Amino acid sequence: MADTILAAEGVVKRFGGLVATDRLSLDVAEGEVHAVIGPNGAGKTTLVAQIAGELRPDAGIIRFLGEDITRLSAHLRSLKGLARSFQITSVFQEFTALDNVALAVQAHDGHSFHFWRAAHSDPALRAPAQAILARVGLEARADVRASHLAHGEKRALEIAMALATRPRLLLLDEPTAGMGPEDSARMVKLLAQLKGAVTILLIEHDMDAVWALADRITVLVYGRAIATGAPEAIRGNEKVRRAYLGEDDVARPGRG
Amino acid sequence: MTPLLVLEQLLNGVQFGVMLFLMAAGLTLVFGIMNLVNFAHGSIYMIGAYLCAYTYGRTGSYILAILAALAGALVIGIAVETIVFRRLYRRDHLDQVLATFGLILFFNESVRLIWGDTALYSSVPPFLAGRVAIFPGMTYPLYRLAIIVVGLAVAVALYLLVMKTRLGMLIRAGASNRTMVGALGVDIALLFTLLFGLGAMLAALSGLLAGPVFSVTAGMGDGVLILAIVVIVIGGIGSIRGAFIAALLIGVVDTMGRVFLRPMLAAFMAKSAADNAGPALASMAIYILMAVVLYFRPQGLFPPRGR
Amino acid sequence: MRLDAYRIAVAVSFLVLALVPAAAWAADRPFYLDLFTRVMVFAIAALSLDLILGYGGMVSFGHAAYLGLGSYAVGILDHYGIDNGFIQFGAAILVSALTAAFIGAVSLRTSGVSFVMITLAFAQMLYFLFISLNVFGGDDGMSIVRHSDFGGAVPLDNPTILYFAVFAVLAFCFWGSGRLVESRFGMTLRGARSNARRMTAIGFPIFRYRLAAFVISASMCGVAGALLANQLLFVSPAIMHWSRSGEIIIMVIMGGIGSLLGAILGAAAYVMLEHELSALTEHWLVILGPLLILIVLFAKRGLYGLIAREGGAAGG
Repeated sequence: MADTILAAEGVVKRFGGLVATDRLSLDVAEGEVHAVIGPNGAGKTTLVAQIAGELRPDAGIIRFLGEDITRLSAHLRSLKGLARSFQITSVFQEFTALDNVALAVQAHDGHSFHFWRAAHSDPALRAPAQAILARVGLEARADVRASHLAHGEKRALEIAMALATRPRLLLLDEPTAGMGPEDSARMVKLLAQLKGAVTILLIEHDMDAVWALADRITVLVYGRAIATGAPEAIRGNEKVRRAYLGEDDVARPGRG
Repeated sequence: MTPLLVLEQLLNGVQFGVMLFLMAAGLTLVFGIMNLVNFAHGSIYMIGAYLCAYTYGRTGSYILAILAALAGALVIGIAVETIVFRRLYRRDHLDQVLATFGLILFFNESVRLIWGDTALYSSVPPFLAGRVAIFPGMTYPLYRLAIIVVGLAVAVALYLLVMKTRLGMLIRAGASNRTMVGALGVDIALLFTLLFGLGAMLAALSGLLAGPVFSVTAGMGDGVLILAIVVIVIGGIGSIRGAFIAALLIGVVDTMGRVFLRPMLAAFMAKSAADNAGPALASMAIYILMAVVLYFRPQGLFPPRGR
Repeated sequence: MRLDAYRIAVAVSFLVLALVPAAAWAADRPFYLDLFTRVMVFAIAALSLDLILGYGGMVSFGHAAYLGLGSYAVGILDHYGIDNGFIQFGAAILVSALTAAFIGAVSLRTSGVSFVMITLAFAQMLYFLFISLNVFGGDDGMSIVRHSDFGGAVPLDNPTILYFAVFAVLAFCFWGSGRLVESRFGMTLRGARSNARRMTAIGFPIFRYRLAAFVISASMCGVAGALLANQLLFVSPAIMHWSRSGEIIIMVIMGGIGSLLGAILGAAAYVMLEHELSALTEHWLVILGPLLILIVLFAKRGLYGLIAREGGAAGG
């Protein structure tokens, strides 16, 4: 088996009496697309926040590239190669698309205590940013303000910003959230292109996207991982069927 | 430095603290539920002091003076809320700070225009004059004692209001989750106006009580406003309980610092050095306290939950 | 890139400032030399605040403190007979920077309204500190005997030379700020203003960049204070009063937030408005207060907004 990139071991997070993450263990192998699915309130958002470093688990360990990062701050995780996208679009609205990506490139190009040279004419930032925009199909929109981009384009821009940090792991929090079928299909196509080149931990609601992309799936219910396995195994899993009772996503024939 | 002197200064500190609490309570309530920074709160304090001193001077009736101050503050508070603040709720904090700064300039100068530059004479009513024996061997000014009693009574009343009534439930809900209050189908505009009026009356109460202790001058609200800000920052912005505890803390630390720092320093340094360092340190004490609290708890001592 | 209108406006503004002494002399109104020296000193202060407010989103309500520290650096050194300008201005920068490092380290752990209140409170602390320092005149302030001496090369006791010295400092600060906001550091600052959470997620430790910007801004304001001391030959705690901090914010807003030229225009507009209104009536604040509310409510883009509809901080 390939190297483990990310491993969560017995992670627990409580909010008052509510257990949002319950002794959760999870691992992501190099090169795979690992999807995490679960009904609303399963604790997906809390899990993302703990992996990204915005929330600290009450118990358990999170390892990234073999190193314990449980207590590491969010920006240091990014510098180690853990990139993320946000469920609710999070870009620099008043910057151009290119500036957005260039800033992400800059974040990983040494410190930013440079006060004199114009960042806008710095080829070390602009060239890689251009290349990444092209990779997500936004090269023609480089000089458009992010606030003027369409929703689907903003989501793609988020992926571009994550890619610009040359990540070892992409943590994608519902990349198709709020999208119509067309945009969704485009996003799935984009992610399919990245597959293999980047390891992806995909938190997703849209089961079509999951069946299309995932190598392995972990099912989260009430903060616990009730099953992990290949898509076919998950589809046939009795516990998963019961947990999703009333939701027909799993029952629907997949297209993967 | 006798125990009796320490006790008297401690009481002075508590008295100062409850006055700060009356100010801070309105400020933190308005911020907690309306998400509005109202720097003009100090102006209402000043207006309360002026209306009370002026009415008492003209009519000789202390009851009438109190009523005039509270009613005046209520009217001005509601007028300001409907004319200016309603347009500011959705604006960012910078706009709110600046607009209320404009109000301060306006009110301070208006007071100068009406009552002139010199301080307005403000006296203690006869039935609160003199000193009373707290226990054998120690007397304390009755007026200051009355301030403590009034302040504590208001604190209890506010506690009951916030914890036991429907309005209080909305206030608590609003402080931790603003969108929820709207979802409950409450008439937000009315709730805001009510709260604003309440805050204004508390500020005016603080001001009218302060009149005979400090001097009644234009701009008297500015310094108190900043102290009230220190109070709510330490207490946790939006928290009434935090405001109460922080107000007492600030009142006592500030008062004790001013009285005792110089003699304490003089005990182990040259007198001339202590004469300079004592007042300097005393004037900084509460801000240093604020820095220490914020360093360890950037959200203050009692941050409202869920924000 | 930038609209050409911006470059033209910059050129015109500095040209006007450069011609003021000649015009004042020709019109036999030496008073205007003094007024515009004051305009430029406050333009430097407003510029320093605009750096962190307009580009970094940090609403410091305590910038008058650095104005005061810069002034007192000159005043206190003069009191002890040290009139070397390099030492005085160096001290102004150093003291402002160190104080800002301390205040920033505490206040930047919070954001939004807490930040506003905490910067205000610390500035008030310094205000009361200088009131309590009787050695330096306490409440009444202190007179300054001699102008800062730069080896006799720049005799600041000559009002015209002082004017052009302030002009040069303003031009340098404006140019340097322009470079700074377009640099990698500037982009980091602007990114943190736009979306702090995103900045952290792509790997920026934003606290240290904000703190650095806060310290740079305070140092620049300290220089403005040292220049003000040279103009007035007097310094008192009144210069650190919290309403002064409010005025500096108003200048930034009046000019148009997040445009460096706006800070200069705003300072000019405010100082002249103050001058005109106070000539009109002793109680001019009764007019200024409501005027300010109207500006906040209806003219948020400021004077710069009249010159350029796009561009400024948001563009690029």
